[in-house]
Amino acid sequence: MKQYWKDYQKEIADDNYFYVRSCIRQNFFPGAENLFIDILKNKLGKTVFEDAEHTTCTGIGYHTDVVPLETTMTVIARQFALMKEKGYRNMIASCVTSFGLYSEVLDMWKHQPELKEKIAGYLMEATGRTFEEPENMVHASDILYKYRNEIASIAKYKLINKTTGEPLKVVDHIGCHYAKTFPERGVGGSEFPQVLTGLITAWGGQTVDYPERRHCCGFGFRNYLVQPNRGYSISQSKIKLESMKPYEPDLIIANCPGCSMFLDRWQYTLEETEGAVYGTCGNKIPVFTHEELAGLVLGYDPWEIGLQTHQVPVEALLDKIGVEYNPDLKYTDRQGNLIGEPELINQHVC
Amino acid sequence: MLENENHRIAVIGAGPAGISAAVTAAELGIDVDWYDKADQIGGKLNDYYQLFPDRTSAMNVLQEFDNLTGTARIHKHFGKAINHIEKNNGRLVLMSDHETVGSADSVIVATGFDFFDARNKEEFGYGMYNQVITSPELEQKLKTNPDSLKFDGEAPANIAFVHCVGSRDQQIGINYCSRLCCVTGIKQAIEMRELFPSCRVVNFYIDLRAFGSGYEELYREAQEKHQVQFIRGRVSEASENQQHRIVLKAEDTLMGRPLKITVDWVVLLIGMVPSCTQVQVADHQCTDQETGFLKAANAFTGHRLDGQPGIFMAGACGGPMSIPEAAASGKAAATEALQYLINR
Repeated sequence: MKQYWKDYQKEIADDNYFYVRSCIRQNFFPGAENLFIDILKNKLGKTVFEDAEHTTCTGIGYHTDVVPLETTMTVIARQFALMKEKGYRNMIASCVTSFGLYSEVLDMWKHQPELKEKIAGYLMEATGRTFEEPENMVHASDILYKYRNEIASIAKYKLINKTTGEPLKVVDHIGCHYAKTFPERGVGGSEFPQVLTGLITAWGGQTVDYPERRHCCGFGFRNYLVQPNRGYSISQSKIKLESMKPYEPDLIIANCPGCSMFLDRWQYTLEETEGAVYGTCGNKIPVFTHEELAGLVLGYDPWEIGLQTHQVPVEALLDKIGVEYNPDLKYTDRQGNLIGEPELINQHVC
Repeated sequence: MLENENHRIAVIGAGPAGISAAVTAAELGIDVDWYDKADQIGGKLNDYYQLFPDRTSAMNVLQEFDNLTGTARIHKHFGKAINHIEKNNGRLVLMSDHETVGSADSVIVATGFDFFDARNKEEFGYGMYNQVITSPELEQKLKTNPDSLKFDGEAPANIAFVHCVGSRDQQIGINYCSRLCCVTGIKQAIEMRELFPSCRVVNFYIDLRAFGSGYEELYREAQEKHQVQFIRGRVSEASENQQHRIVLKAEDTLMGRPLKITVDWVVLLIGMVPSCTQVQVADHQCTDQETGFLKAANAFTGHRLDGQPGIFMAGACGGPMSIPEAAASGKAAATEALQYLINR
């Protein structure tokens, strides 16, 4: 594949970040956000601040029409106010829907300054706060992309099959709200985004370009949140998984809470309902977030970063890379107490 | 006829409009200084295979044009791009990268057009996938090496043409219709069916604009005689499968259904955009703010550029135009230039 993605680059601030978490990721992949902060602070030496007062961006409510636009804008203005109060100007959103929504609101304010003024009034009336727009607004995966080579230089592992010496085949999946709304605000644009493939290749793997690469993961809010529509959700995931299967991917990496969750969880459901598996050797395909993959190559303990909460077991992949881990500690907390062990479908060894 | 050795016309561009303008001016008795960035006449005509609607060989047309240019009154200065015109003591000075290369009493700008860069419609995968090509690239393959259109050494099984790429598209700020892409797609679809009779050819269109003489007949012939399939609907995405064939997603807007088709080639029928070498005229760019093409002072009455005495435009530098239209435009611009010199 040729490299025209280089036409789409964006400014990503060097340091001094104000970090806003996702409202759902801590339930889906509970170690990912803490891991990101730890990598930034302790591996890359950056300053990153998160404010305990920050709230949801309202993204799910906004996209499902239960939160009015002006309420969303006022909540977002409050996040910006918190950032200003703490002396930061560079915002990192953990969630792509938050990133997309912040970008959308900033764009609306750019084109309708009177709307921004109105929201400033609402914020003052409700909270007594004032806000300023961020100087730099990025998604967490943008930061890892910016420092992908630095991470590679201190990595303990590479995305390479230790037995064959071949690069691992990695499927990347980009959340819709990362670049489909504003292609110029995503590294690589919306059709051939580079933000995750940049990580994959920098860390030794190879990307898989398969026909349904740009297809929805199945999370689309209305597909999932409206219960009668849930069949659409799993059928979209199935389309993607069937399309990638012939390429025999070793893992999937996604930068969106919903994408990571559904590509992971629906594989279990599809195996239970149809007996279908999409990985090699009768296994399902492990799904990682961008932070988890960074943590893995940097040598974090897989159970410290929450990989035991994945629906698809990761051990076969850890063995393929040669990651050291203690299988007996998978379902224990830091004091060694058992946290509960789910019933999992057996993994096969190639 | 104007018998005055001191009167000279410069023609910038040697495509159909420029050829016609230069030849007409010379036939009317004016010495012509003829400039083109290329070393030969013809412009894009050199790259074409057959011309619509009657499938005339482009080389034959070019040869006929060339036969007309052998007059002593035409002085060729090829291989140099004119990119600026200045006024000096009543004469028009031609500049190439800040270097003066000549002067004239009247100038006819016939710098043609560029093709839309299909990479800007990235959902079609041009520049990413080898099996996605543009209509001028297909024209080149048909002309020079039709065998290169085979897929894995075999006749292709499916080919898709995508209309309106870089044309009538608000998303990329090109609202105008390039007019000739539809009939180009019809012609090339027929050519592919003739070359590979077993191949299924599908054209995805918004609406067919077969406006010219013989175009509608060609559209009917494509359907009735050659079984070219026309599907109304925009292609939304192209991706590559393991065999390096292209998987297209589209909506059939007549049937109201999404569809997916795997093809061996995708041909993007790309639109026409203003030439990057379009002459900047003195201190005033006489371009249409919306399209970027040159704009006549009064398109109903002639080819004179607004506020630029003695400077005329001809052909597709003024907007999408067929070869016969460009040639007629060149002829008309030459007579207007002569009229200007007589009345001056």
